[in-house]
Amino acid sequence: MLSLFTDNPSLWYVMGGCAILGVASGALGSFAVLRRQSLLGDALAHAALPGLCLAFMLTNSKRPGVMLAGALASGLVGAMFILGIVRGTRLKEDAALGIVLSVFFGGGIVLLTAIQHQPNAAQAGLDKFLFGYAASLVPGDLKVLGGLTLLVLALLGLFYKEFKVLSFDRAFGAALGLPMRRLEVLLTSLIVVAVVIGLQTVGVVLMAAMLITPAVAARQWTHSLGRMVLLAALLGAGSGVVGALASSASRNLPTGPLIVLAVTGVLLVSLAFAPRRGIVWSWLRLWRHRRKVRQENLLADLYRLGEPAKDWTRPCDLPALTAVRELPRRELAKTAGQLQSRGWLEPAGEAWRLTAAGLAEAQRVVRNHRLWELFLSRRLELASDHLHRDAEEMEHTLPPAVVAELEQLLGQPRVDPHGEPIPVVGQARGRSA
Amino acid sequence: MNAGQTLNLEPRTSNAEPSRSSTPVVPPPAVEVHDLTVAYHTKPVLWDVDFALPEGKLVAIIGPNGAGKSTMLKAILGLVPVSAGWVEIFGKAPRDQRSIIGYVPQRESVDWDFPTNALDVVMMGLYGKLGWFRRPGRKEREQALAALAHVGMADLAHRQISQLSGGQQQRVFLARALAQEARLYFMDEPFAGVDATTERAIAGLLRELRSSGKTVVAVHHDLQTVPEYFDWAVMLNLRLVAAGPVEQVFTAANLHATYGGRLQVLTQAAESQLKKGGAVR
Repeated sequence: MLSLFTDNPSLWYVMGGCAILGVASGALGSFAVLRRQSLLGDALAHAALPGLCLAFMLTNSKRPGVMLAGALASGLVGAMFILGIVRGTRLKEDAALGIVLSVFFGGGIVLLTAIQHQPNAAQAGLDKFLFGYAASLVPGDLKVLGGLTLLVLALLGLFYKEFKVLSFDRAFGAALGLPMRRLEVLLTSLIVVAVVIGLQTVGVVLMAAMLITPAVAARQWTHSLGRMVLLAALLGAGSGVVGALASSASRNLPTGPLIVLAVTGVLLVSLAFAPRRGIVWSWLRLWRHRRKVRQENLLADLYRLGEPAKDWTRPCDLPALTAVRELPRRELAKTAGQLQSRGWLEPAGEAWRLTAAGLAEAQRVVRNHRLWELFLSRRLELASDHLHRDAEEMEHTLPPAVVAELEQLLGQPRVDPHGEPIPVVGQARGRSA
Repeated sequence: MNAGQTLNLEPRTSNAEPSRSSTPVVPPPAVEVHDLTVAYHTKPVLWDVDFALPEGKLVAIIGPNGAGKSTMLKAILGLVPVSAGWVEIFGKAPRDQRSIIGYVPQRESVDWDFPTNALDVVMMGLYGKLGWFRRPGRKEREQALAALAHVGMADLAHRQISQLSGGQQQRVFLARALAQEARLYFMDEPFAGVDATTERAIAGLLRELRSSGKTVVAVHHDLQTVPEYFDWAVMLNLRLVAAGPVEQVFTAANLHATYGGRLQVLTQAAESQLKKGGAVR
């Protein structure tokens, strides 16, 4: 690992440039994503291309300051076109973004082709801006990029609360008397600067990913705007460094796309594992809920099977259970095993019977079911054949507080709408108990 | 708009208003709307609307869907361009009165999945007074907490806003407006889609605001509750049908003119009004 740096001293600059890019695009991208303008970055990156080419044609120089100024200028023109089209015509924002992206990019490609046909050695490498060329970063670039990033972050800090209102509730901000249009122009301009910072490294085509991905990933982990902006900046910077290192270690792989892949990896992990919002957690919740439903259904079935003889703890075997609820036998046996290990069932030869604790639990479930049926029929006046399916779901989810409220509302009822007694937890006892 | 040009020929005396300032005996109305016309592209949404609202009243803006109720509020607040006419708040242009105006937008107008909590949203109500470059500090937090407590949401101050129920979200918006400490409040459908608890809380809050001398102008969609919750009504359907005290303007004839053929709603509303004998409180 160390030899990586000694062999390649410019790696420090590349890493620095990539980290700077990640910070700027992560922080600004958060606002773009929250304002549902994810594709704004894409349009602005493409809009910067003709400016780059014009700057080179006019000055015949590839100095970073000149190129960035050109990109910045045409990016800003593109941004103002987008804002102007949305405000001044009936076109919607997506159409405005699409128009600006394709028109500016088309113009940029025409200029780029014209430049490449010039008999001029200096033109070599201009097309690197399409996909980025991080290896070309030199200390001079770093100073310019770092300076721009500091400027962007300073303005973001100064207008943070105004940008927050703009992103959350624009009409309210306007009613407060804040100049929302000017703030929007400022925020969009800052996004242009962030885009231009990334052009040399990840290029026109992939720049949108650097704005969107760290922000979306950060949103998964936090519910606070400030922390989201901070985290997106860190994730962007981290991905930049990882991409630069990976590219340097492999020598032949391009830095920009590797950075994008790194940040995509971060996004995938965030989408899957972030607490509460992550997909894996919601799967887990669903799986747990389904298991709970299967267990409670089995308890309730055992209770109902014992009901005619008022022998709640008599043993029931698999055929008896599958007769009341069509389930694969293997699944039933598995669920019974789970209940057994919780102490709610005990085996009786080939069959099972409820334990005292299991009976109490079964009574609770059946009680919920019948209370809910009674509520539906009395309060919502549903017909008696409309009650069961709804109660079948509610019996598993009614919180104790709501059950208490139902009991009070219905006047401590004893019988459900079908004439079945509503069990009281811990009251009825099995014959054997 | 052509109509705007001809209508503008009328002398706009109140902008100069030398007479008014020299005779301070008659206070200017809380809201005065004169000859207001608003059009989106070429389609008029509000046409030639005039009314004046006195201070200290609870005012309902009512009318069918698409009657221009929300547009009316936005035009008064200066949030949509006006084709013709003018609006004054306590005798001055609305943009000079921002600090005494509170605003409650429609709840559906924002993305409630925005990463922030109830307290943060309420603090936005203080951004206007805070001024540029200053961050809300302890004082602002306390003010925001007090506003949340006022709507019964103190214990949910740090709850992520997407985790709040519709009624709780509405109360957060009301708390934000309260934090503005305004003299005049504009509310866009504050009762829309809220639970019974919130509806009672909002109705109580409106009465409380009135007894402390504030004026509330609210877009309202539930005709049944107009006489119960409000003192004044502005009845709109593109044009102004009537504006005045509820017991005078909330009549079957005016409702018919406002809602056209939708008689079922009307008769119900008129009946409920009759049952209450026109009593407002």
